Amino acid sequence: MRRLGSRKQRKSRLRGEMVLAGSSPSRKDVLVVEPGDHFYPLSVAAPGSMGRTGSWRTQRPVVNAEKCIGCYMCWLYCPDNTIIMREKAGPRGQDVASIDYEYCKGCGICANVCPVNAIEMVDESKFISQS
Amino acid sequence: MALEAEEKTGVRRGTVIPMRGNDAVAYAVKLSRVKVVAAYPITPQTIIVEKIDELISKGEMDAEMIHVESEHSALAATYGAAVGGVRAFTATSSHGLVYMYEVLWWAAGSRIPVVMAVVTRAIGAPWNIHVEHSDILSTRDTGWLIAMAENNQEALDLTVMMFRVTEDPRVYLPGIVGLDGFILSHTVEPVEVPDQELVDEFLPPRRQPYTIESGAPIAMGNIIPDEAFEEHRMDMHESMREARRVIEEAGREYGKLTGRDYSSLVECYKCSDADYLFVGIGSWMGDAKIAVDALREKGLRFGALRLRWIRPFPWDELREYGLEKKAVIVLDRSISFGYAGPVFLEVSSALEAKPSMVGVLAGVGGVDVNYEDMVKIAEHVAGLVEEKGRVYVPALWYHLGEFYPMKPGPLPTRKTPRHVNKLLEELWSKKT
Amino acid sequence: MGLSRDESGGEDGLYKLLREKSVEIRFHGRGGQGAVTAATLLVAAALNEGKWGQAIPSFGAERRGAHVLAFARISERPVPIHSQVRRPEIIVVLDSGLLLAEEERKKVLAGASSDTIIVANTPKPVNVGGAKLYYVDATRIARELGLVVAGWPVVNTSMLGALAKATGIVSIDSVLKAIKSYWPGRLGELNAEAARRAYEETRLAQAEKITVTR
Ligand code: SF4
Ligand code: SF4
Repeated sequence: MRRLGSRKQRKSRLRGEMVLAGSSPSRKDVLVVEPGDHFYPLSVAAPGSMGRTGSWRTQRPVVNAEKCIGCYMCWLYCPDNTIIMREKAGPRGQDVASIDYEYCKGCGICANVCPVNAIEMVDESKFISQS
Repeated sequence: MALEAEEKTGVRRGTVIPMRGNDAVAYAVKLSRVKVVAAYPITPQTIIVEKIDELISKGEMDAEMIHVESEHSALAATYGAAVGGVRAFTATSSHGLVYMYEVLWWAAGSRIPVVMAVVTRAIGAPWNIHVEHSDILSTRDTGWLIAMAENNQEALDLTVMMFRVTEDPRVYLPGIVGLDGFILSHTVEPVEVPDQELVDEFLPPRRQPYTIESGAPIAMGNIIPDEAFEEHRMDMHESMREARRVIEEAGREYGKLTGRDYSSLVECYKCSDADYLFVGIGSWMGDAKIAVDALREKGLRFGALRLRWIRPFPWDELREYGLEKKAVIVLDRSISFGYAGPVFLEVSSALEAKPSMVGVLAGVGGVDVNYEDMVKIAEHVAGLVEEKGRVYVPALWYHLGEFYPMKPGPLPTRKTPRHVNKLLEELWSKKT
Repeated sequence: MGLSRDESGGEDGLYKLLREKSVEIRFHGRGGQGAVTAATLLVAAALNEGKWGQAIPSFGAERRGAHVLAFARISERPVPIHSQVRRPEIIVVLDSGLLLAEEERKKVLAGASSDTIIVANTPKPVNVGGAKLYYVDATRIARELGLVVAGWPVVNTSMLGALAKATGIVSIDSVLKAIKSYWPGRLGELNAEAARRAYEETRLAQAEKITVTR
């Protein structure tokens, strides 16, 4: 997980994450959005908001582009949004799944939902380089 | 039926109309230009919602009424509307409040200003629709501001004020206005309804820290690190303390506009020169004032200190008036079973239990308690203090003219009627 | 209205104000007869005269036909009181049956003394245990005026007229004004007429004439 720095910094960083949506023009007469000096429990979706989860992996999903039929099931189910579908990039011109290993946490859900078993979970130890 | 209220200077401020406490709250909601109301009916709150519905359907009020299927949804919808950027209101009582309890925490933790009226009522079982303070006091730790009206005028005034206080950037916490079920909610009294221009002058446009907008998604109340959570709670605590000053300012200004000053978190009736003090919340503190004068006629120098605000807690005021007294009698209309009344516990800690203190429990479940009962209570306590020098009794129950625990003596237990017992026995014997 | 910090309840204090400058009234009726509305209208009438008033319903068995109570207070100045009326100076009885059945009669006369004024809807005097009785046949008045709702004669407004006559705590004009602004239009006119007739027909029962029925 990403380190958050000192307590004080942590607080101000979380504050910084706050989104202050401006009031739309139609509401200006009845609403003033004024942040005030408080700690709001708000967050926005952003890459890596829970840290570099790629380091959590013990097994790595590997896509077999030959087998992949581009059905998007893995893309739909991946809890970390780390499947990137590449349009028409498959050997038969089909859409094909690829994985962002920076954030893939290795949960294996994609391999489980793939209807054609195109994703294989491979032990991370296999990827330790020999040199 | 309606009279124009004019100050001696001839300045018009409002219209005096006889109305129920619930009507007074509904008018306050209208005057505050609330845009969304979501509620589920429960006795004795129902009139508030009915009246608002009536004002909307007559075209006197421009708001959306959401009829929901439960109180949990009522507050959820109110909270949702408020996050969306409008002034929103709900009202409930008793079981309804208990049912929406979870959402109270969400609204407060999100720092979104919302105002709710709680028409106090006992919580079952057994079923009882009359006044008790167990419902409103159960919200004590949720981060909502809590004010408690003594009469219908105050129910109106505090509701208007609550919008201003909760929407102040120094506070940004939701707020509850309490009024006693039936005793205020259904009682007709003359209420001065301030003119709209006057309320407009008092209430600035709604302010809030953020809104939800389509196209700019945010997640609210997401999981955060433990340390950050604790800091969030520390921030809420600070804001609640800051609310004191905001209330004083708003109350003073409201006084300038209407002639009714609310700059103090407490109302003090003859407490400066008193030897003894009644302390309590809600409608029966009016009777306590009458008891004060009756007791003074008898030579006992009493005073009455009413906590108009429960959160933030009027710590300084209590200490200013209470610390030096011979004895303080705290009147509680609900009990933390096995210990004492909630108001007693709070007052006792603020006064460091320095004066003699007696926590009197009475009027639970709507049992009528009047100034004569209070005179009786006062004389009993003054007698104890004279006899023993110093007393500290957390829970002394006053019930139908008697004090419990009696020495020696049993509680006035109403036994299950014999024929019911017999029926139950028959039922049980069939089962086995 | 509304006491500010450390304000006294006038020179004499609130207790004296309540005892000497306020009147406490209790209404007895049957669920559906409008005892609460009568108390409310009385407050409106008092307000018309620059007085302060308060109407308190007593809820419990809110069923049609059940014995229901309502309280009212009228005072020269606001009284910060919200308890029930225990020793009424005036008792208004909307249904004579409540004075005939022993159990109900006890409730009606609870807290009454020989100074208490009772204003009852009854065609002839009934025993009120030594209290002063004013009576009027409000049921007949309502029937004559066609003031019947869901089979029940409307007697609450008549009884306000009777109350004005018997006690003078509010004037009949204030009562009529309050009724007319509560129900604008024909309904208000009819109810006001009922109150006016009751005002004229209300009689003080002579002690010797009191008969105990049932
Ligand atoms: S292993 Fe889990 S995190 Fe990684 S791509 Fe598959 S579903 Fe997503
Ligand atoms: S679920 Fe399998 S087949 Fe479908 S897109 Fe993903 S990898 Fe390809």
